[in-house]
Amino acid sequence: MIDKSINNVAEAVRDIPDGAVVLVGGFGTAGMPVELVDALIDQGARELTIVSNNAGNGEQGLAALIKARRVRRILCSFPRQADSHVFDELYRAGSIELEVVPQGNLACRLEAAGAGLGAIFTPTAYGTQLAEGKETRTIDGKHYVLEYPIHGDVALIKAHRGDRWGNLVYNKSARNFGPIMARAARCTIAQVNELVPLGALDPEAVVTPGIFVQRIVNLAAGQALAEGLA
Amino acid sequence: MNRRSREELAARVALDIPEGAYVNLGIGLPTTVANFLPAGGDYFLHSENGLLGMGPAPAPGEEDPELINAGKQHVTLLPGGCYFHHGDSFAMIRGGHIDICVLGAFQVARNGDLANWHLGDPDAIPAVGGAMDLAVGARQVYVMMEHLTRTGESKIVERCTYPLTGIGCVKRIYTDLAVIDVTARGLEVRETVAGLTFEHLQSITAAPLIDGRQRSALA
Repeated sequence: MIDKSINNVAEAVRDIPDGAVVLVGGFGTAGMPVELVDALIDQGARELTIVSNNAGNGEQGLAALIKARRVRRILCSFPRQADSHVFDELYRAGSIELEVVPQGNLACRLEAAGAGLGAIFTPTAYGTQLAEGKETRTIDGKHYVLEYPIHGDVALIKAHRGDRWGNLVYNKSARNFGPIMARAARCTIAQVNELVPLGALDPEAVVTPGIFVQRIVNLAAGQALAEGLA
Repeated sequence: MNRRSREELAARVALDIPEGAYVNLGIGLPTTVANFLPAGGDYFLHSENGLLGMGPAPAPGEEDPELINAGKQHVTLLPGGCYFHHGDSFAMIRGGHIDICVLGAFQVARNGDLANWHLGDPDAIPAVGGAMDLAVGARQVYVMMEHLTRTGESKIVERCTYPLTGIGCVKRIYTDLAVIDVTARGLEVRETVAGLTFEHLQSITAAPLIDGRQRSALA
């Protein structure tokens, strides 16, 4: 029997090494896998490269990981926000490297990684400073910039429900980067609010097929366990 | 002259959005255009974080932290609306499936170059989001902005001095003073607000304008 489910977040992130490239789902706080990121802080991995749309909000999740000085480099589309003070301070102090990637290029570079493509030509950012020094090509009269895939060693994502084979469905706009990050990482760890029996997810409505998910953490089970111990 | 208020400007942009259009409204002022689309019509509002058929803000107490728009504001989904991931969302944008995108701007150049993501301050933390994707991907890119900066400088320029978001991408500019099309002939003024002459508009605009008005002024 194959059971990808794990009952606690600490076990799920136990072997993420120093220097890993970690894809972190979420758009702002929607879809941010806060519990997995908290577990990664406790686990202690350092010198991480983080790929995420934002550079943390407030003091929790990704912001807390950055504040704990575990992140060497971050790739994101929109680091500067009203509540990104943790990142802002370290960036201004020169303590964290930033690569700003247009949101759609972030998406298609992750998709390219997941689909096994060597590179893509994207029209986004052509003629701007974000394309400076990059190879370009004109195809059918339109200008494109060569961009390379973003492969993750690990993806940490948040879904709504999943089963022990790793099939996932999401909740509303918390879906955002989850499905494309799941495909782009060698080891995708999904936290779910509910683990359901095989067959309970409508196969027509599965958003991320289990082949893209290596570990699934049932937060409800973790909670029940914690309450049982308390 | 009858300078358009922010609400009047949003209402003016809304007039040019036909029912059935797939529309992305940028963060900030462009978002308010939704408030002026005729009630009862089917307008497909896209939000790049993964919504199509986006509805208005929820009633107080009904907010869902996992249902937000690109500006990270709480929103609702209309019946018939749907959710999707970022790959699909930016395929909609980059693949030319979005009919109209309305963006704010720091500057628009005579040739339609757009600068709206960065003021070039070396100390500023750059953040681009989906602006560059929308600029190159939407079929029609409309800009809505104040005609002048707070210090009175023209935001319509011969060449952008701020870092570019996209080149030659803007089709139409709505300001508090005028509606201007970016055409192969240059910047063609379609409307001016009541009490503003073409000559006056030209005198405060840092790029040559062509008088393409059907009427001398709009009420």
